[in-house]
This record gives sequence, structure tokens and C-alpha cells, in this order.
Amino acid sequence: MSGFDDSLLNEADETVRIRMVVNGRKVAWEVAPRETLVDCLRDRLELTGTHAGCEMGACGACLVQLDGRAVHSCLIFAVQADGATIDTIEGLSERGAIADLQAEFHRRNALQCGFCTPGMLVNAHELLSQVAQPSREEIRDALSGNYCRCTGYEAIVDAIDAVAKARGTSGGVT
Amino acid sequence: MKARAFSYFRAATIDQALDAHARAGDDARFIAGGQSLVPALSLRLQAPRLLIDITHIDELRGVRREGGHLRIGALTRHCEMLSEPLIAEFAPLLHAAAPFVAHPAIRNRGTFGGSVALADPASEFPAMTLALDAEIEIAGPSGRRRVKADDFFIDLFETSLQPGELITAIYVPLFRADQRFAFDELARRRGDYALVGCGMLATFAGARIDDIRISFFSVGNTPTRVRGVEATLIGSRLDAERVVAAQGALEGDLAPPESDEVPPAMRLHLARVLLGRLLGRLGEGA
Repeated sequence: MSGFDDSLLNEADETVRIRMVVNGRKVAWEVAPRETLVDCLRDRLELTGTHAGCEMGACGACLVQLDGRAVHSCLIFAVQADGATIDTIEGLSERGAIADLQAEFHRRNALQCGFCTPGMLVNAHELLSQVAQPSREEIRDALSGNYCRCTGYEAIVDAIDAVAKARGTSGGVT
Repeated sequence: MKARAFSYFRAATIDQALDAHARAGDDARFIAGGQSLVPALSLRLQAPRLLIDITHIDELRGVRREGGHLRIGALTRHCEMLSEPLIAEFAPLLHAAAPFVAHPAIRNRGTFGGSVALADPASEFPAMTLALDAEIEIAGPSGRRRVKADDFFIDLFETSLQPGELITAIYVPLFRADQRFAFDELARRRGDYALVGCGMLATFAGARIDDIRISFFSVGNTPTRVRGVEATLIGSRLDAERVVAAQGALEGDLAPPESDEVPPAMRLHLARVLLGRLLGRLGEGA
């Protein structure tokens, strides 16, 4: 009935087998429960576009999409994501989902060192999927969980704003 | 910045979760959204032997009407407070508070039950359960019980939850046509913890306040109802004189603690300003 195996209390660090779909590809790993999703993505799949920054959920560099919503991959243990569908910056980039955002970030120089950029793009993608035409105030609010220490955000807000308007005019991207 | 090793158990039912916790004793923690727990584990402020994942327990999900209450499942995510039509209609104070809870990616993952269970005195939702006269449904080794929000928050991060108990749902009385609500907070930057925050729910009889519940956060060790202020308002019209009287009563209700960042007098001043603004909005029918 309970399904609980008392041996879990003896061997703390045993590995657990998990499966997920990452960027459209089925993967199965043996992970220790203490391993965070960001570490697994980077170390095991070499998806190093997802950056481990503060590892506290404050900086936003580690954002990925989990079952279609942006989440901090530093605030989830990989075991919790067993069975989930994950899209990292590589997946979003390769299937062209954020091509216009990337082009606009590039065009407006909305990055300097680039460390925060993957998280910024995942977050911008999330925002525009929720609110088609956000105000600049709404864009700033949405970016409140992403730290950028180089740009002062102005160019980033400009880029997101421009993409929202362009998508509105073109009837949206596919 | 890495958690100490632990074992992981994914519970399918409440009974499974409770049973696992009982066997592990004090060395287990329930995890749902994990948006506060994971950082605490990473910093090794907590180092349990066993993590019990309750995210896949169906009974903890869903929002539905139940008699005169809205039953909000403990696993309801903060983002659902914004998107769920039943919340907007029957618990609009929660809908109004939700955009102030952390930032979007945290709201996608964090849960209502988890926030209430943690009882962070700077968090929006625990304080709003007080304003709403909500009841917290708890499951534990000795069965189920319901606790009024007024009796739930005891001290800093301390609630009436006993070891091995978990929150299953929060029951909020349905919002009515004769009620009004207001919410706001003062923070240095959106998404940061508030310097002071407040939510209120008032029942009107014509232009007079028949009943009002006002709850502050970031002002002490627990979310705080200001009963003296409420008493000055009940039975009266919300004219300018009464708002000033209510602001004056705040001093008897709040005793903000010393802190390096915000001296108690400044926090009290901010609370007074916020109270005035919110009562003003309430008077306009906001």
C-alpha cells in the first residue's frame, strides 16, 4: 500500500533512474537525488547554454522551459523533473522558436558578456507567450528575476518590445 | 552551495507521503514547488535524510467551490492564482496579490500550500489567508483537521503544523457582492520582498463597513492582523477623518522589529502610508 522502501533511509546517496525529453530527445540518466537539473543538463548532456549563476533562484541565468513554462533549473532537483519535457536555450534556438528575439538582441546589442542572455531569452519567450503586447513596464516587471550586470536593461527591454510589436504586425511567428 | 546527500521518494497518495515521513522521523521534508526549500537545502540550512515529493498527489490539486468556500488545493501554483477564473471571481484578493509574489519563473513553480506552510512573515499569501479568514486543511498521522488562519501562524516560520503533517488545501470564503478588497505593497524593486505590504477585505452595509479584516506582512515575526485598526473602522463610513483615526490606531497594533535596513519608525510610517492608500481605494469601491 505505502510503496515506501525503508532502505531509502539507510543509503542516502544512491542513484535514481530518471527519464525525460530534453530538446525533443528522450534521455535516461542515473542521478543522485541531490543533483540539480541545471547541473545534469550541463554536465551530462553538455547543454552548457543553461548557466548556473547564483544557484538561489535570484539571477535567472539557469531558466529553462519545463513542460512549457519557464523555471529555474537550479531550484529543481533532476529527480523531480522525472517524466518532464525540458527545452533549454539550445532546443528553443535550434527549432527557431526564438529566432526573432535572438536577432533583435543581436541587432540592438542587448548583451555584453552574454552570461545572462540565455535566461533573458527564455524569459522573454515566456512573457511573449503569455502577453502578446506587453507594455515596457510589464517587460521590466517580467525581467525582475533576471540579473544583467552589463547593459542596464535598456537595450534588452527595447529588443523585447520591438519583437512584440513585430509579431503583432506580422500576425505572430509560427 | 550543494545540498547534502538525501534519498528521494515520490508519493502517489497523501497516505504514502505521511507513512514515509513517519518512518523517517524528523529527518524528512516534504517538497512541492521547492522554491524556498531547495535554496535552504543548498545552503545546508536544512539537511534531511529523505525528501518526500508530494507534487504528484492528485488530491492536493485543483480549485473548486465547496459550499460557501473555495477549496484551493495545496499544490495550486502561484501562476494559477493569476490564470484560474474561479480565483479571480471568488478570491480576488489572492488574484490581486499574486503578481507581487517573487517573479514569473518562481510563480510557475511555487505553490500556495508551500507558501502558507513556510509562513515567511514577508510573504504575500500567508498574510492574505488572514485577511480572507481562510481555513487551512491539514493531514497528519492523527488524521485530518482544519485550522483557522488566525490560529495557524505562531511565530517566526512557526505554525501550528506538527512534524509529519502537511497542508492539503486552503478554504477561502467565497467573495460576495457586498464585499470590497484592496492590496498593495511597498518594495524597492518589483519581485523583491516588500518593506511593508497589506491586504484587506471589507464587508459593507450600504456605505458603512460592517466587517473588515486587514493583514500586514513584513512588519514582524508573523503575518499580522491589525485588530485595533479594524475596530476603529467597523460600523463607520470611510471618510477622511476615519482613515486618519485608523492610521493612528496602527501604532497599537504593530511593533516592527529593529533591523539594519529599515528602522522600526520608518516601517511604521510606511505601514501608515500604505494603510491610508488602501482605505482610500476601498472608499472608492476598488
